[in-house]
Amino acid sequence: MSILVNTKTRVIVQGITGTHGAFHARQMVDYGTKVVGGVTPGKGGQKIDQIPVFNSVKDAVKETGADASVIYVPAKFAKDAILEAADGGISLVVCITEGIPTLDMIEVKKKLASRSVRLIGPNCPGIITPGECKIGIMPGYIHKAGAIGVVSRSGTLTYEAVWQLTNLGIGQSTCIGIGGDPVLGTNFIDCLELFEKDPETQAVLMIGEIGGEAEEKAADFINKKMKKPVVAFIAGQTAPAGKRMGHAGAIISGGSGTAADKIKTFRRLGIPVADSPGEIGNTMQKRLEEAGIMVKK
Amino acid sequence: MKVHEYQAKDIFRAEGLPVPTGKVFTKDTLSESAIAAIGKLPLVVKAQVHAGGRGKAGGVKIVQSPKEAYEFSKSLLGKLLVTFQTAGKGQPINSVLVESASILKKELYLAVVMDREKSLPCVVFSEMGGMEIEEVAKEHPEKILKLHFEPEAGVSEAEALKLIHKTNLLDSQKKEIAKIISVLSRIFVKKDISLMEVNPLGILENGDVFIVDSKAIFDDNALFRHPDIAEMRDASQEDLREVEAKKFDLSYVGLDGNIGCMVNGAGLAMATMDIIKLHGGEPANFLDVGGGASVEKVTAAFKIILTDPSVKAILVNIFGGIMKCDVVAQGIVAAAKQIQLKVPLVVRLEGTNVKEGLAILRNSGLNIVLAEDLTDAAKKVVVAAKGKK
Repeated sequence: MSILVNTKTRVIVQGITGTHGAFHARQMVDYGTKVVGGVTPGKGGQKIDQIPVFNSVKDAVKETGADASVIYVPAKFAKDAILEAADGGISLVVCITEGIPTLDMIEVKKKLASRSVRLIGPNCPGIITPGECKIGIMPGYIHKAGAIGVVSRSGTLTYEAVWQLTNLGIGQSTCIGIGGDPVLGTNFIDCLELFEKDPETQAVLMIGEIGGEAEEKAADFINKKMKKPVVAFIAGQTAPAGKRMGHAGAIISGGSGTAADKIKTFRRLGIPVADSPGEIGNTMQKRLEEAGIMVKK
Repeated sequence: MKVHEYQAKDIFRAEGLPVPTGKVFTKDTLSESAIAAIGKLPLVVKAQVHAGGRGKAGGVKIVQSPKEAYEFSKSLLGKLLVTFQTAGKGQPINSVLVESASILKKELYLAVVMDREKSLPCVVFSEMGGMEIEEVAKEHPEKILKLHFEPEAGVSEAEALKLIHKTNLLDSQKKEIAKIISVLSRIFVKKDISLMEVNPLGILENGDVFIVDSKAIFDDNALFRHPDIAEMRDASQEDLREVEAKKFDLSYVGLDGNIGCMVNGAGLAMATMDIIKLHGGEPANFLDVGGGASVEKVTAAFKIILTDPSVKAILVNIFGGIMKCDVVAQGIVAAAKQIQLKVPLVVRLEGTNVKEGLAILRNSGLNIVLAEDLTDAAKKVVVAAKGKK
């Protein structure tokens, strides 16, 4: 078991005829994901490998029964692509695209609120249930099926953390990158809630970074609403104030949003935080042993 | 993207908002007669730099004659201004704004900001203007009024009036300020702004309301639909290396250490800086090479890192997802050969096409230290940087 995606998930790729779209469609198929179609307006009827391309999401859903979509279209078209997916009957939209204007995302978020669709991202690596379904750009082989839920604001740092878990023999139920933008479709708490309810997830790894208050709110949720063990890491302890660190979200302003403050909040609530990004796996292992989920070697 | 005070005021003026009469001068255009034509005295001369705290730093002065304005402007132009917000040597003063100065009876604060927690823009108003709003927020949180709004609707004058109706202002002033709030909320949306601040919003002796100082930061991601705004960019106000990095779609931030970093992904880049520090080293920079890396991009990244003379070793940490390790490896080899890299290079590769990538590095004939994992990479680069001292 897992959350949101599994062997039954049928995926279409929006922007499949672009370089990234085509490359990652192939990688997803190789991983075993059911990629049933692609969408590029004006290129319907073509095929990318064996995958049929449609002119619209609506056509693709009608022909293939797809229920999930992954978006690789350029930033200026991303808003329309997300809304098209939502209107076309897709229930899970994963938006990889980075650089979408904030006001576009506010509009998207408002419009999606009245529809029964979940958006992951934008500016995220996607979601994977190891051994079952990979939707996004993460390298598949670093994952291992298991019982740890992983949720993160970062892309490559998530791979790093997952790779450490896998090397320690600790498998993952589902790994979600929620994205590094200020306005996101799915937040930490949404994912924590899903992991708490998922019978196959036994513990959760949460990876945050500097900026905003999302980590503090998540810590409060973990403290009040979760029974499962959670381990965290917060990136950006050495980041200077007032500078944007790549992610639109990764900026410390006015003395708030520092890594030190966030780490303090977690520790005060008894949630273990890895000191070093090289110790994320070990910190989880230790916590699993304490909780009796993993036997000490 | 930040713009200068005069550029923000130009935008406000074009929307019919009350801003003082004034002119912008550079070294080439500065003239006493043009200053004299601005109008009534006294005048105020303001250094145009992308930083706050200009007044305290000596970048703003009220003067009594065009001659004095000319002399003061001349003394500013071409100099660097150091304020509490500037880094390094300070910001170059390439232009000054000379305006008719007004005696303020009261200073107010007005801003429109993107509130990421609520995913909505928000109007912020305070009767305590002219000072740091962070201080007001700490000392007198009750003096800060906030109103979130839907972007497509903006804030109506009636809503704005409701927000400020309890303030100690005259009814006529409240009405005027409500109008300003309403217009600003629409400009905010129309121009894809992330933050705009009017501090102070001044009330003059005669009761009129005026935008005395202003600041605007635009959403970089939306500049593609505002070519007029994109043209306002003043690269002289930005870190040269950051500007150079941007040309190659790289994200660079200079720091004070001696270990250059090249990493893909902002989170991993920050974590790499963190682990270098944990193992006793100091990162010289944050550098995110982003998604698709080409040979040109990696070469550019190396060159930018090496413009910092304090760099004693470089750590490349790539966890390939959208970026393929073999492409990165080719880039590293080509770049290292092209620029004849002289500092030790530690590389840690993992992810998509990692085997091919490592093979390229091993067979390159270059002296590259390969690292097993993140901790190993940090340890090796810290040792390498110390060895060079």
